Amino acid sequence: MDKRISPAEAVAQISDGMTVGIGGWGPRRKPMALVREILRSDLKDLTIVAYGGADVGMLCASGKVKKVIFAFVSLDFIPLEPYFRQARQAGAIEVMEIDEGMMLLGLRAAAWGLPFIPTEVGLGTDILTHNPDIKVIDSPYDDKEWVAMPALNLDVALIHADRADARGVCQIEGPDHYLDDWIARAARKTIVSCEEVVDTSYFQDPARARQVFWERSITDAVVEIPGGAHPTSCNPQYGFDVPHFKAYTGTAKDGGFAAYTEQFLGASEAEYQERVGGLDAIRNIALPTY
Amino acid sequence: MTAATDYTLAELCIVAAAEAFRDDGEKLATGIGVVPRLAASLAMKTFNPDLMMTDSEAFMLSEPNPLGKRPDDFVQANESWMGFSRIFDNVWSRKRHAMLGPTQIDRFGQSNTSALGGSYQQPKVMMLGARGFPGNSISHRNSFFVPAHNTRVFIDGECDYVSSIGYNPARLPKGHSLDDVDIHRVITDLCVMDFGGPDHQLRILSLHPGVSADQVRENTGFELCIPEGIPVTPAPTEEQLQIIAGLDPHNQRAYQIKDNPPGVR
Repeated sequence: MDKRISPAEAVAQISDGMTVGIGGWGPRRKPMALVREILRSDLKDLTIVAYGGADVGMLCASGKVKKVIFAFVSLDFIPLEPYFRQARQAGAIEVMEIDEGMMLLGLRAAAWGLPFIPTEVGLGTDILTHNPDIKVIDSPYDDKEWVAMPALNLDVALIHADRADARGVCQIEGPDHYLDDWIARAARKTIVSCEEVVDTSYFQDPARARQVFWERSITDAVVEIPGGAHPTSCNPQYGFDVPHFKAYTGTAKDGGFAAYTEQFLGASEAEYQERVGGLDAIRNIALPTY
Repeated sequence: MTAATDYTLAELCIVAAAEAFRDDGEKLATGIGVVPRLAASLAMKTFNPDLMMTDSEAFMLSEPNPLGKRPDDFVQANESWMGFSRIFDNVWSRKRHAMLGPTQIDRFGQSNTSALGGSYQQPKVMMLGARGFPGNSISHRNSFFVPAHNTRVFIDGECDYVSSIGYNPARLPKGHSLDDVDIHRVITDLCVMDFGGPDHQLRILSLHPGVSADQVRENTGFELCIPEGIPVTPAPTEEQLQIIAGLDPHNQRAYQIKDNPPGVR
């Protein structure tokens, strides 16, 4: 079985109005090359589910988004994502603002085929006031009320990994796989971009096999895009691109997103990488210190 | 244990905030921001070595990391993996104490990190989002650090967006008690407080040197409990200042309170 496809073929599998889950966390290991391919497409009216960063900001700024399901959208060292902020303050998108852990439970419910998972998270807060679709229920086992966190069923998951084989065994080599396993499992179709496609024998080493967080039957497509997380990090391959994020944030004040895409996006990933200094430059970006 | 005479307000706040973690025992101490992180680290390195801490990424540490860029030969003291997904397992096990700085705090101890003004559909100012606040606030102990104590933070009325549960009877979930909420300490540039006043009213526990109770009252947008004979927040010891300097070699603490004032004003 060979699940390898091109970035264009990957994005062709997404349709208007779909719910798309995006892996990574803030400025960390986002499938940005796939996001850029969406920016180049005619897709619209997407619902995005993410521990969000510039992926969410860019998709909002380019008018691809109808709704965002989020707990935060942040670039970390720049706490507020500039284009998400603009979209929110313009009232341009629908939102479902939830807690980080509620998002995890919603993804788990979807992964496990459950309509909801009960939790106390969200009680007493405006999460419930503003999201009438999130119900509070009585328990058959105690006298408390519980939030019934609904399943966050995804049509498509987009994830960036370090390595994958052609059959969809995916390795996340960095220190954290974040919630990517649940995003992959919550989706009807999971598309994984990776730094490198490797031979299956790569995973014979048990230390590498332990860096695989979902079985290959969950992965529907593999797209080899070295540097494909830029400008987010892909630890240990490279860090996030601080000057690039500053330039990106700068365009929100001056020039707008059109100025950003004009300068950087290009007609293909090869063109994008040329414009940001090339693949070697991406791979030389130092890892951040916290 | 010699009390220092020359220290900054930030250092006083770090030491006062460290006290919040004194009785926690074996819990994950999460300090978000420079002052809370240094406070948790100081507590772990001195009077509560049982505390647990992460590297803000994916590992638990047996020894807190210094802040900022570290020497090339630095080796952090990993003790286990603690990726973001496992953090939720810890949160829901309740063995955690988080300290952070919300944008608004109301008289119920409800806080706001999400948005200011406008509506849910179109806020006037979009901030971080609810992040993990709803879950933190109902699952485990929390404390707040406020670098500028004023009526824009301690607001009159309810928060524009309630990101975390507080001691608000009107929002109390069925089957819960207000005592389930545990907002432990509120440390500001003026004083240390808790919600131990009548009916969980915000209460002054100590005033920083040179600060009066009236000053706190004027800078708080709602009525607070001012007991008799409020003590002065204890000065850091020389030993504590040395440990703080070691944890913060690039002096990031000098940029946390406007103009980095001295501790004694």
